Amino acid sequence: MPRPGFVLDVDKSTPPILFHHGEGFRLEKLPAGRSRVIYPGEPLDALDDVEGAIADALANPMEMAPLADLLTPGMKLTIAFDDVSLPLPPMKRPDIRQRVIEQVLDLAAAAGVDDVHLIAALALHRRMTEDELRHAVGDRVYDAFAPQGALYNHDAEDPDNLAFLGTTKHGEEVEINKRAAESDLLVYVNINIVSMDGGHKSTATGLASYRSIKHHHNVHTMEHSKSFMDRHNSELHHSNWRMGKVIADAGVKVFQIETTINNDTFGQDGPMSVLAKREWEWTTKDRVSFIGMQQGLKRLSSPTRRKIFQGHRAPYGVTSVQAGAIEPVHEKTLEHCFDQHIVPVEGQTDILTMGLPYICPYNVNSIMNPILVMCLGLGYFFNMYRGKPLVREGGVLIMTHPTPWEFHPVHHPSYIDFFEQVLADTKDPKEIEAKWEKQFAEDEWYRHLYRTSYAYHGVHPFYMWYWGSHALKHLGRVIVVGGDNRAVARLGFKSASTLNDAFEMAEDVVGPQPTITHLKNPPILMADVK
Amino acid sequence: MIADDLAGKRIAVTGSTGFLGTALVERLLRSVPDCELVLLIRAGRMRSVAQRAQREIFKNNCFDRLRGELGGKAAFDELVARRVHVIEGDVGTDGLGLTDEGRDLLGSCDIVIHSAATVSFDSPIDLAVEVNLLGPTRIARTLQDLDVTPHLVAVSTCYVAGNRRGDAPEIPVDQSPFWIDIDWSREVDSARRVRADAEAASRQPERLATFMVEAREELGGAGTPLLAAKSEDRRKAWVKDQLVEAGRTRAASLGWPDAYAYTKALGEKALGENRGDVPVSIVRPAIIESAWSEPVPGWIRGFRMAEPVIISYAQGLLTEFPGVPEGTVDVIPVDLVVGAIIGVAARGPANEDGSPDITQVASGSANPLKYERLVDLVQTWFGDHPLYDAEGQPIAVPDWGYTTRNKVENQLNRAKDLLDRGEKLIGALPLRGKQAAWSSKLEEQRETVSRALTYVELYGAYTACEAIYGVDRLLATHEALSPEDQAEFGMDPRIVDWDHYVHQIHLPSVVEHARVRSEPGKGKVEPRSTRLRRQVLSPDRQLAAFDLENTLIASNVVTSYAWLASRRLDRDDKVRLAAKLIGEAPTLLRMDRADRSDFLRSFYRRYEGAPVEQIREDSQEMLSQLILTKSFPAAIRRVREHRALGHRTVLITGALDFVVEPLRPLFDDIVSAKLDVGPDGRYNGQMLEVPPTGESRASALFDYAAKHDIDLAESCAYADSSNDLPMLEVVGFPVAVNPETRLASLARKRGWLVEHWSKAPGFKPSPIPLAPRRAVTKAAPR
Repeated sequence: MPRPGFVLDVDKSTPPILFHHGEGFRLEKLPAGRSRVIYPGEPLDALDDVEGAIADALANPMEMAPLADLLTPGMKLTIAFDDVSLPLPPMKRPDIRQRVIEQVLDLAAAAGVDDVHLIAALALHRRMTEDELRHAVGDRVYDAFAPQGALYNHDAEDPDNLAFLGTTKHGEEVEINKRAAESDLLVYVNINIVSMDGGHKSTATGLASYRSIKHHHNVHTMEHSKSFMDRHNSELHHSNWRMGKVIADAGVKVFQIETTINNDTFGQDGPMSVLAKREWEWTTKDRVSFIGMQQGLKRLSSPTRRKIFQGHRAPYGVTSVQAGAIEPVHEKTLEHCFDQHIVPVEGQTDILTMGLPYICPYNVNSIMNPILVMCLGLGYFFNMYRGKPLVREGGVLIMTHPTPWEFHPVHHPSYIDFFEQVLADTKDPKEIEAKWEKQFAEDEWYRHLYRTSYAYHGVHPFYMWYWGSHALKHLGRVIVVGGDNRAVARLGFKSASTLNDAFEMAEDVVGPQPTITHLKNPPILMADVK
Repeated sequence: MIADDLAGKRIAVTGSTGFLGTALVERLLRSVPDCELVLLIRAGRMRSVAQRAQREIFKNNCFDRLRGELGGKAAFDELVARRVHVIEGDVGTDGLGLTDEGRDLLGSCDIVIHSAATVSFDSPIDLAVEVNLLGPTRIARTLQDLDVTPHLVAVSTCYVAGNRRGDAPEIPVDQSPFWIDIDWSREVDSARRVRADAEAASRQPERLATFMVEAREELGGAGTPLLAAKSEDRRKAWVKDQLVEAGRTRAASLGWPDAYAYTKALGEKALGENRGDVPVSIVRPAIIESAWSEPVPGWIRGFRMAEPVIISYAQGLLTEFPGVPEGTVDVIPVDLVVGAIIGVAARGPANEDGSPDITQVASGSANPLKYERLVDLVQTWFGDHPLYDAEGQPIAVPDWGYTTRNKVENQLNRAKDLLDRGEKLIGALPLRGKQAAWSSKLEEQRETVSRALTYVELYGAYTACEAIYGVDRLLATHEALSPEDQAEFGMDPRIVDWDHYVHQIHLPSVVEHARVRSEPGKGKVEPRSTRLRRQVLSPDRQLAAFDLENTLIASNVVTSYAWLASRRLDRDDKVRLAAKLIGEAPTLLRMDRADRSDFLRSFYRRYEGAPVEQIREDSQEMLSQLILTKSFPAAIRRVREHRALGHRTVLITGALDFVVEPLRPLFDDIVSAKLDVGPDGRYNGQMLEVPPTGESRASALFDYAAKHDIDLAESCAYADSSNDLPMLEVVGFPVAVNPETRLASLARKRGWLVEHWSKAPGFKPSPIPLAPRRAVTKAAPR
């Protein structure tokens, strides 16, 4: 039986706690008597027969006819799938998308469907490379479809290939991929690593255009999504659900397939496995291998370290597959997600600490630039709550990450300019949105790079900043431990060289003897704060 | 009363745009209310004499006091219009080059004050002879032609006495016991011949070859027109050096410190012989420095003799200067010289026959300032008021050593040789960007040393001069004045309190004029690059032209060829291709340096047989795999900033059109090399037209500007190498990006904006530009 996540109260006997620190780690002693550490649950048991579970879900979908019955000769079928941002880190082959898509294609072939397109639903993310597509869908599918031009990346800036479907009652325009909209059936294949993913958001965001996405990817929405990981209290999701209705009303038939995976991020053996263990349970071997890893990493150049970490593939187990109508499917998915992630926590804290790892959704096979550091900490990790934020209003967030002033020139060109120009001007999300967004979003060069190269859309760094806007509003101060001073200052945060320095700095804001909570993520956990 | 004596008089003044002349004009206008002035001014290349008078004389802050006393600019302008006549004339020309009106005005003058001179100590010998030696004579002869005999007051210098110890009284040069009898007209003839000889020698084939080599060393492959212009500059500079050297050695051979004193001395003698009936007085000042009290304490114009030495010392650049501690530095404030000239003019000729009478204006005999004292005063003052370096840190002044001129010269010469060699060595290395800045630093140091050397050579003689200039006549003239005139036109050097003068008057004024940092802190002075960048990004600009290689991306035609050629090869062939190119690299580099367009023509033959459609497709992928990974994000941002400001952006590159096609959205236009396509849809390896390199870039830019009605003076160009000079030179706002050594040094000298742009930090592009496995993904149906 895997043990659930829990909250450890730190006392004098508690060993130092492992903090992620980019492509490295720190061991930090937390003050006894007023600190606690939230541990994620151990990996839930994986399905023994994934292929069987997929077949079963397709044959017995929720509130929809079996997939085989929906497939007819001569029909237009489109299979959309989640892009490279999921899961994190990427999973070992075969990817669950490949396993699902292969079964869907087998059913389609059996039904005589020959007009099939596969589209990476990447919204405003960068296009996936050939290697990444091969990893997601498998070589067999890739070689069968890509050369014919039937497997490709969604293009949110292709005016000829977008369909306007209508407007929600809130005035939100809905515009999605034309091929998907005009298909007789759209099959969407999800990997629901966290509770934010899936549901109507899959199609309404993943296959949408900038015109459509801007209605929910903005400061107002993000400040009213508390949290965006809690679908029922998330304005982001409310908007996507309204759009989902417009899509359905426009006659787009979606067969939703959602899959959940367990917390087996770092494996049961190998040097990374120690990262999933609770510190007091480390064996001598764990200690030796951890020290060895630390020493080894120190000697490597940062590009080499990055290459090693980015090369890690997680051995996740699949915990559920559900298919059918979007809403019932997604409710079931959320249950599975929460089973793995939820940890009940009593009350808020003065100081929230988190160790930021080397990866976030937007730097797979890339570089975690300072804007992504902000987004991972203040966007994703801060929002890993249900109920109330882990840290009280006016509290302090302390994150550890080297935060180097580094950028990927191909993937993040608009990030570079955002960092150099926009953040040099102001850090206020509302001001940034009003003053700068349009210019970047409509920029011809960024559009060119998004469409023809492998660049995130020009507006994407803005979304990263908006993702953190709820946290920015809520927090009294943000401190980065061990970061590049210049880069941290540009983000508008404070730098500390040690965690103890950071605690002292935090006391200026929250007062003496503050309570401290450490969010020990990853593997993923979500705090249910009472 | 002087004001009464000179009332109703018309006074001609030459050299009124100079330091002494301006002060003289000011005092006459302010303190002699009823005189008129006739200013003889040489026409400038761009400006008329009236414009020169306005800009170079009356705008000067020397007149602020008078403007204030009169109650503003309007009243002052009215006074100038009423009392000042400006005529065109040149003391370097026989007959002074006067117009009829000018002749009439000069002929109507009661007094002529001649203060025009080439005061630079390192003038070419022929120029010094024409102006200093013949100038006074020409004036006297012109007055004879006009049949008038006004009182001619000629300004000379104490140093006509030559390098020697002991008393130098106020007597004509040829009455000195040390006078060597030389024929001044022979000196004139030979100076003119030296010029002709040097001009001829400079055109000898070997010389011209040297100038061409030097031009190439400085500019690199900048193209024929620029290299030709530079060679000609070199030739002129060489001729000038010969003439300066001729002046210096001729002066030294006769015992004068420099060509200035030598030509002035002979000028006095020639004037004495050629004055006809014109009565002459000669006024000989020593080293003229800032004003003691008139028009205001500390007034000075121009960066004069002692100032650069003092500032160099305060900046820590000059640590030693020759001089004997107990020697006298004969400094005299400008207002005392003005007083003496006016006093002499009002007094009239002293000798009954009108033969030249001499008045020396110097401090050495009556109120000497010892070199040791001066050094001490300067040192303590800068100790209390240090200058600040670029970092805002105070500069500690060195302890000034007393050595001999030879010793200092030898030291400096050794340092210069060493730095020269270092600079040559660095210049030969293929450096760019920040590393190329080392070479700039070295060059700067060499320039500092060589400037110091010049000061020592030029002025060393003055601090080492131990002559004591008699001032009996000066004091007598002063004594003869009424107490009011003594106050108004004082010329007595004994009134100067040197401690007060150096600390409270002269040094503060020098520091203010030198525009150096006299305040701590970094923020006080806006960095020049900020100002230049603002100019470049002004909405007034019309066009921004960009080079590609090493300006926008750290890549070149060989790299992109390697990538494209390897994309469809298997592993082994890739390795072979890479090995081949690496083997050829030195040859390719050499060809590229020798002639860019020959290199491109030959290199691009390698594309022979390449299918057009495949190359187009592969180039698209190369944007992500190679070009962007090696791009400078700040450069791309700059292109876009220009576009956002409404400037036209144009890429001018020798790279091939398909390579730069993916960059098209950045530019309004792209001018690039193009390959011819054969009937089989493959490139045949021939270029369609002359590739845009070297001077053809400049002409491409000209054509482009003409076609789009763009003013190149209002345009910017960005490039990285001296090969790009033609393109940089035709625009008003050139920008050197990561410049290689030569361009770095040129940019620094010319005050161009220099940008150091780097690749995206943190990303490491593959060191070998070979394409990865070919992707077969097709684009989405559109």
